[in-house]
Amino acid sequence: MKRIHRMTLAAATLCLAVTSAHALEGDAKAGEQAAAMCVACHQANGGGMNIPGGESWPSIAGLNADYLYKQLKDVKDGSRNSPTMMPFVNMLNDQQFKDIAVYYSQLPAVQGQGDPAATEEELAHGEKLAMQGDWDRYIVPCSSCHGPENLGVGSTFPHLAGQHAGYISDQLHAWQSGKRNNDPQHLMLAIAERMNDKDIRAVSQWLSRQPAQRKGEQK
Amino acid sequence: MKTSKHLLINSLAFAVAASVLSFAAQAEQRFPVNNPEPAEGEYVHVPPTMEDLEKSDFHPELKRVIRRGYDLFVNTQQLRDKNVFNNMNCNSCHMGEGRLPFAGPVWPAAVTLPAYRPKNDHVNNLEERIAGCFTYSMNGKPPAYGSDDMLALTAYHQWLAKGVPMYQPGGKMYGRGYPNLAEPAQKMDYERGAKVYAENCSICHGEDGAGLVENGQVIFPAVWGDDSYNWGAGIIRHFTLASFIKHNMPLGRPNSLSDQAAWDVAYYINTQERPQDPRYTGNVKETREKYLDTFHKHSSYGLEVNGRLLGDHDNVGRKDFLRPEALRSRTFTAE
Repeated sequence: MKRIHRMTLAAATLCLAVTSAHALEGDAKAGEQAAAMCVACHQANGGGMNIPGGESWPSIAGLNADYLYKQLKDVKDGSRNSPTMMPFVNMLNDQQFKDIAVYYSQLPAVQGQGDPAATEEELAHGEKLAMQGDWDRYIVPCSSCHGPENLGVGSTFPHLAGQHAGYISDQLHAWQSGKRNNDPQHLMLAIAERMNDKDIRAVSQWLSRQPAQRKGEQK
Repeated sequence: MKTSKHLLINSLAFAVAASVLSFAAQAEQRFPVNNPEPAEGEYVHVPPTMEDLEKSDFHPELKRVIRRGYDLFVNTQQLRDKNVFNNMNCNSCHMGEGRLPFAGPVWPAAVTLPAYRPKNDHVNNLEERIAGCFTYSMNGKPPAYGSDDMLALTAYHQWLAKGVPMYQPGGKMYGRGYPNLAEPAQKMDYERGAKVYAENCSICHGEDGAGLVENGQVIFPAVWGDDSYNWGAGIIRHFTLASFIKHNMPLGRPNSLSDQAAWDVAYYINTQERPQDPRYTGNVKETREKYLDTFHKHSSYGLEVNGRLLGDHDNVGRKDFLRPEALRSRTFTAE
């Protein structure tokens, strides 16, 4: 019975949201229930929160389901070190990971925040890094993998546009320090370690100001 | 006076290049770039950037033309179905805006052409060289000689070569082209190549080699099939692709594959099917033979691999012609 219910739901989801079609077998309804523990930080709409000077909570609404599922598994196995998330992932089983991932992937992306005091000069530097890169230092532009608008590509490259600046910055530093070590083929780590603090602040600020949703597209 | 100024500029360029390189080779990096250091006597040129262009005292109209050339170079897909009939940009192979050493930087073309090219057995100028890229690597039809787009592209090439002497003697240029790797220790192998591809390339280029297109925009270029370069492209030669891969792939992690892995995966990619060589005579073995010494002895075109005769078809990909008119032989007849 439960099985049939899940299949019906999956079929309905497929019809409703062709653009966010996913291969992950999760139940969004069950995911919503399991996600009760997530909302304290990630908020009811999945938009998270930018926390200047502290650990920002990422916007996870509208992220690819397979990507979200992998991140939960990686926190659990330690390849993504997150003391904040660890107690929560330890309370969840693998099916709940999938359910939660599917649930959040179906929420509309929420626009993140940055530091209002970021200067024009910083933003221009951030835009250059994100869209053209700095090849003299072999910093590949974000857009070459995360997509022309940095809205994410497939299950490997998450959307960056409209993500909280504090979170993007935290992650780039986490790759530098080795706290985060879960990127396929270390494609991100290799680039993060060529960036300096000024680069990281600039690119995080610029990306947080870009539209979290594709123009004319309401999920 | 002039000479000493020139020397100063050269040594400055060298210092910049050296500092870039040593930055990349810092010990604390887990994934350093590891491009070779300049060898003694090699000419090092750091091409100017678009920011340098804005700061230059060039005429505004010339700046406009060079900007257009840059824009075409990094987003050649804007010429899709007009001049480009696959998923490539100039920037796909000539990475880093055509400025990057070991990624086919384009400034050498601006200072070594016109020159004799064995590939078409006559003297080519820069426009004709670029026409070759459109014909083969973009599986397309070049912008007309002397057209605005051709002017813009050649101007961008020449801008990148700013300050480099024309036809300089002895000129071994640092990072030019895709420098040959040593011959593989073991014969290139399809099965080993397939494994390298699955582990290192398929994440972006796909198991089917088709790359990725989303919302009508090319995200990752196709490395074989109808949306990729054709059987006449320079990179179809195993040594060229092996070097490109070794020095540039996976993106952001150059020089991370072993030479053997680069050779094997190049062989795997370049023994998949793709659009016909525009020089096709109607018979693949005949075409291979005709261009054997100058080209196809380095490719698997017209050979049987895994029971299939490669290139034995009339498929021209997304275009509706085999050979653009601009591709012609020339007999120089000055009178």
